[in-house]
Amino acid sequence: MEKLLEIKNLETSFYTHAGEVKAVRGVSFHLDKGEALGIVGESGSGKSITMMSLMRLLSDNGKIKKGELIFDGRDLAKLSEEEMQNIRGNEIGMIFQDPMTSLNPVLTIGDQLTEPLIKHRKMTKQQAFERAVKMMTLVGIPSPESRMKQYPHEFSGGMRQRVMIAMSLVCEPKLIIADEPTTALDVTIQAQILELMKDLKEKINASIILITHDLGVVADVCNRINVMYGGMIVETGSTKDIFYNPKHPYTWGLLKSIPNPNEEERERLIPIDGQPPDLIKPPVGCPFAPRCEYAMKICMTENLPVFEVGENHKAACWLNHQDAPKVEPPVGRRNL
Amino acid sequence: MDKNKALIEIKNLKKYFPIKKGLLKKTVANVKAVDDVSFTINKGETLGLVGESGCGKTTTGRTIIKLYQPTSGQIIYGGKDIAKLSEKEMAPYRRKMQMIFQDPYASLDARMTVGDIIGEAIDIHKLMTGKERTERIQYLLDRVGLNSEHANRYPHEFSGGQRQRIGIARALAVQPEFIVCDEPISALDVSIQAQVINMLEDLQNDMGLTYLFVAHDLSMVKHISNRIGVMYLGKMVELCESNELYKKPLHPYTQALLSAIPVPDPEQAAARQRIVLEGEIPSPIDPPPGCRFKGRCRYAKPICSQQEPVFKDLGGGHFVACHLY
Ligand SMILES: Nc1ncnc2c1ncn2[C@@H]1O[C@H](COP(=O)(O)OP(=O)(O)OP(=O)(O)O)[C@@H](O)[C@H]1O
Ligand SMILES: Nc1ncnc2c1ncn2[C@@H]1O[C@H](COP(=O)(O)OP(=O)(O)OP(=O)(O)O)[C@@H](O)[C@H]1O
Ligand SMILES: [Mg+2]
Ligand SMILES: [Mg+2]
Repeated sequence: MEKLLEIKNLETSFYTHAGEVKAVRGVSFHLDKGEALGIVGESGSGKSITMMSLMRLLSDNGKIKKGELIFDGRDLAKLSEEEMQNIRGNEIGMIFQDPMTSLNPVLTIGDQLTEPLIKHRKMTKQQAFERAVKMMTLVGIPSPESRMKQYPHEFSGGMRQRVMIAMSLVCEPKLIIADEPTTALDVTIQAQILELMKDLKEKINASIILITHDLGVVADVCNRINVMYGGMIVETGSTKDIFYNPKHPYTWGLLKSIPNPNEEERERLIPIDGQPPDLIKPPVGCPFAPRCEYAMKICMTENLPVFEVGENHKAACWLNHQDAPKVEPPVGRRNL
Repeated sequence: MDKNKALIEIKNLKKYFPIKKGLLKKTVANVKAVDDVSFTINKGETLGLVGESGCGKTTTGRTIIKLYQPTSGQIIYGGKDIAKLSEKEMAPYRRKMQMIFQDPYASLDARMTVGDIIGEAIDIHKLMTGKERTERIQYLLDRVGLNSEHANRYPHEFSGGQRQRIGIARALAVQPEFIVCDEPISALDVSIQAQVINMLEDLQNDMGLTYLFVAHDLSMVKHISNRIGVMYLGKMVELCESNELYKKPLHPYTQALLSAIPVPDPEQAAARQRIVLEGEIPSPIDPPPGCRFKGRCRYAKPICSQQEPVFKDLGGGHFVACHLY
């Protein structure tokens, strides 16, 4: 397998009045060509900021403190803004979490879709128009020709999201970063979009990074999963490892929170108790320890090591140390 | 609690958005976002609302609480039709009806601190002042899984999910009776989703709240809802008790929708069969005559193009609008 992306030891912080928010605290992972990697985890755990760092799109108070972002042989952390502009929307397509702020409100949908084709792919206006209409049809927008003349505010939430998806795919990028691409969509259109992304992956050997809270979507699309908590990757493994043989108590908690699809009477859901860590003063040791029912003394005092728990399966949890007490995981899934 | 007593009765509700053209801004067409829907929301229940993106769920919710003026129809709240009330006459109803919004980015004022955002709702309705107000804000932040230091921060310092919890705290601040929850959990991770859903359920039990719950995550909608309504292109096409809907979906659109629910299990996900909807998605600007779903329906018959199916009770409160039945 050929590597398309390798992130090494990324640290990103925001400087605010309240102090330095350590949003990403030493994240390392890689992505092969043609692979679909899912990123799941606590909201606020740094999933989006990891990707915004890679795209070099942090807000002014944000800074990459450390780390390498090797994409297709180049370290994106070292490129100029001009060089980055040639990569964004061209080699890397990104679907952002908030479609309204990432679409330009004063440009028509058509202008926004054709611009990258004219700029990066050197198409004529006519060619770009035809290609854009085709993309709009593929993402399920009816009467695409007349919709091209409209502005973003004239679209429903889900329609805007589909435009974003069309925009990110229009140049057939090597890497598609999709941050919650289908949350505003109903499941039939979601299925259609996921198929479209899978097709593209097959057709041009594109790689996908999919950030989502929907564990059903990752189970369907991704072959590998990173689980994030408190600015770190706490577990990584194949999709089957994560669902059937998870090794981190946070992952257990996530899987336990899913409603039982077969419930007859309303059963109480099982959330993870406690509060997420304060990223201005992150706890020493494991960020999850204060909420973890299995926490040991060492979890709060020592630097957190990453344990190899299987082939390409790693977990940052002391329970995987040979001397740790054996605990029976409360999951795989209920129906396993 | 008596879940069979109506809190809100919606009768023949329509909401059209005019499309205007030219210098004189003449109306050339209408987006028929909600086009003649009738249903009841019972006191203390959660009514789920699902359907294709753009089918009019948000518009239905916003029109019921009069964020939009209805084009026609009745909204009978606690026995009184509020559809045509003036803004002044609406005042007592404004606090009772709240909304949690779909878009956590656009719905919070970027220049206000989180504490001010929540406090503003309390101030508008003159509910509390001073220490009591501060404590209430801290209590609400805690209830939605944020901590009290967050009160002094601004919305942009929070992740999508954290912002959504701020919106929920704001809606709860004024102790409403009825809340339109427009995709309140889609931006949250599943563990916090579970927290928020438990919280909404507890609040419902404690205060007898009534919810209209719009969402795309059908497993969560099933979990939280007593009954579920399915919309398609401005119309309600099916409505019944939630277990019944999943066991015995009648409308072909509902069947397709349920078959596409993602399953959080990689082996089952690989094995499952979806009903793929073929055909062009029709436009609400000029909806086709007859049944609006017919162009994509596997069972379409000639009558489906000629006559609009009536939304009728097939027994036991299972409503459907389809010529098959
Ligand atoms: N501009 C900013 N200033 C200060 N802090 C920020 C800023 N943007 C993000 N953060 C903080 O960085 C952390 C990581 O945020 P990020 O958006 O990556 O979370 P996420 O994992 O994508 O969450 P979600 O699932 O809710 O989208 C959060 O704690 C957030 O509060
Ligand atoms: N303010 C508005 N002006 C004009 N048209 C609108 C407006 N709001 C909604 N519409 C249109 O009304 C229709 C229904 O939109 P609505 O937002 O109610 O859909 P929805 O079911 O909530 O969709 P989603 O699941 O994508 O949020 C869409 O065709 C939309 O374009
Ligand atoms: Mg995010
Ligand atoms: Mg909506």
